[in-house]
Amino acid sequence: MTPLSAYLLVAALLFAVGLAGALTRRNAVLVLIGIEMMLNAANLNLIAFWRFGAHPEQLTGFLFAIFSIAVAAAEAAVGLALVIALWRHTRSVNLDEQTRMKG
Amino acid sequence: MTLDLLHLMPTDLFRILPEVVLTITGVLIMLVDASLPPHVDRRNLGWLAALGTVFALLASQAQLALLQLAERTGFYGTVETSTFSIFFHVLICGIVLVTLLIALDTLPENGHHKGEFFALITFGAVGMCLLTSAVELLVVFIALEISSIATYVLAGYRKENGRGPEAAIKYFLLGSFATGFFLYGIAMVFGATGSTVISEIATRVHTGGHPGLILLALGLMLVGILFKVSAAPFHIWTPDVYEGAPSPVVALMSTAPKAAAFALLIRILYGAFPALQPIWTPLLWLVAVLSMTVGNLAALRQHNVKRMLAYSSIAHAGYLIAAFAGAGNTGITAACFYTAAYASMNVGAFAVVTLISGYEDELPLIKDFRGVLYRTPVLGGALIFFLISLIGIPFTGGFFGKFFSFTTAMGGGAVWLVLIGLLNSGLAAAYYLRLIVSIAQKPEGESPVPPVAQPIGVAVSAALMLAIAATLVLGIAPGEVLKNAAEGAYELMPHSMQMVNSLVFF
Amino acid sequence: MHLILFILFAGLAIAGALNMLLQKHPINSALSLIVVMTSLAVLYLMLGAEFLAAAQVIVYAGAIMVLFTFVVMLLNAGREERTLGSKASWSVGFPAAVAILAIIASVILKAQGLGNAMLGDKITSTEQVSAVLFKELVLPFEVTSVLVLIAILGAVALARRGDGEERKDRR
Repeated sequence: MTPLSAYLLVAALLFAVGLAGALTRRNAVLVLIGIEMMLNAANLNLIAFWRFGAHPEQLTGFLFAIFSIAVAAAEAAVGLALVIALWRHTRSVNLDEQTRMKG
Repeated sequence: MTLDLLHLMPTDLFRILPEVVLTITGVLIMLVDASLPPHVDRRNLGWLAALGTVFALLASQAQLALLQLAERTGFYGTVETSTFSIFFHVLICGIVLVTLLIALDTLPENGHHKGEFFALITFGAVGMCLLTSAVELLVVFIALEISSIATYVLAGYRKENGRGPEAAIKYFLLGSFATGFFLYGIAMVFGATGSTVISEIATRVHTGGHPGLILLALGLMLVGILFKVSAAPFHIWTPDVYEGAPSPVVALMSTAPKAAAFALLIRILYGAFPALQPIWTPLLWLVAVLSMTVGNLAALRQHNVKRMLAYSSIAHAGYLIAAFAGAGNTGITAACFYTAAYASMNVGAFAVVTLISGYEDELPLIKDFRGVLYRTPVLGGALIFFLISLIGIPFTGGFFGKFFSFTTAMGGGAVWLVLIGLLNSGLAAAYYLRLIVSIAQKPEGESPVPPVAQPIGVAVSAALMLAIAATLVLGIAPGEVLKNAAEGAYELMPHSMQMVNSLVFF
Repeated sequence: MHLILFILFAGLAIAGALNMLLQKHPINSALSLIVVMTSLAVLYLMLGAEFLAAAQVIVYAGAIMVLFTFVVMLLNAGREERTLGSKASWSVGFPAAVAILAIIASVILKAQGLGNAMLGDKITSTEQVSAVLFKELVLPFEVTSVLVLIAILGAVALARRGDGEERKDRR
């Protein structure tokens, strides 16, 4: 096993745990936490591929990860604002209780 | 405008001119909004946004001058100007313009933070436009996020009854979930090819190396994009979000971000992974069949008009994806044309639904639409026209869209797909006809006829007019649009895969 | 040395992730996520991405997670109740996660000749990073400003009370 595969496996594990969290959790904040972890796993992949890749001097993966952190921050801000808006109107952030629409 | 313009400004900036115009418009709206006293009506900001969108549309047209240059990409190879990108720029700016016109007349009178509403639509349009011209995955990713975040927020804009935040949070969580997959896919494709530039990825995929990683990357990215276009089995968010979001917003988000996402799908599939066509064609075959069938079967059971149209939009995503079964660039041509046809009829349908049901959805059910043709013949007639187009009856854009999509798939040898598609079209006619019958039925004598919820203003009439004109033009004289779509397809495809006699139908 | 650090912090990240998944109280999950992110920052440092490690700590562990804990405290959301719906989602969620993990892991382990390059002592300087950031990637950099602007605009528009609600409150 090369060092790269070790990093990639860690990233895959984090991605799977984040995915499980996003799918099984019913609290909107916890689902968001799971999604953040998935994005982090992708970042670790980018960095590992960049470091062990053929052209680390081009910095492609490195800079992609920086932008991805910025995007994740923007997404978290909007997501938490949404959670607050939901809480204010329904007094609940449990996704199972969000059944105002059916069809 | 001619090449003279090129001497006035750096070509790089010209390549993102529509986006620049839209960004400036958005910032202007925010500045004016902040400087106005609190209780002044912000309606005129909508006209400002519409004006900016018109300028962006003209700027996209002007970009045709760039096609004469040898160099097609700008900003160090991150954006590309081609007939393909201009086609989608014009389409998206057109949709945004129509949506802004609808919103101008239907947003509640005061206290609805209209300034932010218009600014969000304008900034969202920046992302959608950029998504269609980006040829580097970092720009693609950021543009996709801009368009997504704008639509998440807009979906939750009607906060008064709790359905808005519920729709928005569902949309947001599933959308970000899809973003996670998309980003992971990008990381994988970067690992396998060492590049994030789409044309370089295509070259390295073609020369081989790490086929497992590349397949995994393709799969993860497809999950991400198919979520955005609401194709089955990634469609579960669609009905709830369309029901909970304000109708003018649904008019936008069922068309413009989807058009951008379809452009991205085309670019990823044909631009980055053309070498894997034997693998992704059957996958999309399956997605197309699932989307059509699931969408139409579920739409049959709906009583709420917006939910019904939501499922119908899933089915339409299926008809569109069927075009990918076509060989070479005929598939792209048909898909581009279908996007335009679908957008014009769907945005029109939601414009009418906004007027009939009202911004707060006071009359949301199919039975509430009873007798609309007698109450306001113009609206009833317009809605029937759009529904006829959605069914796919000749002389409407919907007909040619389906016709091209299915003939292309047939040409690619997907006979079963076409058969299932035709069966589905018949099935779909049933629920569209149910709504048409309801509209055309005489209102019952004893029950007081509910008035149409919204008065028809100047802006929204213009929006309806534009949508009807576009649907009619696409249905009667599709040649020009088809020619542009075909040129775009020709430029997009790697030259090894060109089909010379691509325009079999004309 | 590298191996020991890797095992230590990769293990810590995975342990934190699992803890995030198994904790019932949202605040515990949020704190576990901070552990994951900080351990990842150490991994980035070991890979020679020092700027990114700093950004990870400042932006993720600092700003984003403070926001998360703040919202959790604000909502005062108690323990997550296990309802019937969540049982159904457990039976879907875990097999899906395991399947994804199996697919990705098998692809990674099968990939031949992937990243044979060894870790040299070449470390990127912040100067090099900015040279690329403001030249080749100037467009994504500028476009990110639109993204951040729209996120601020959206967050304000969402979290603020509408006029209709104020009327409702007064009643």
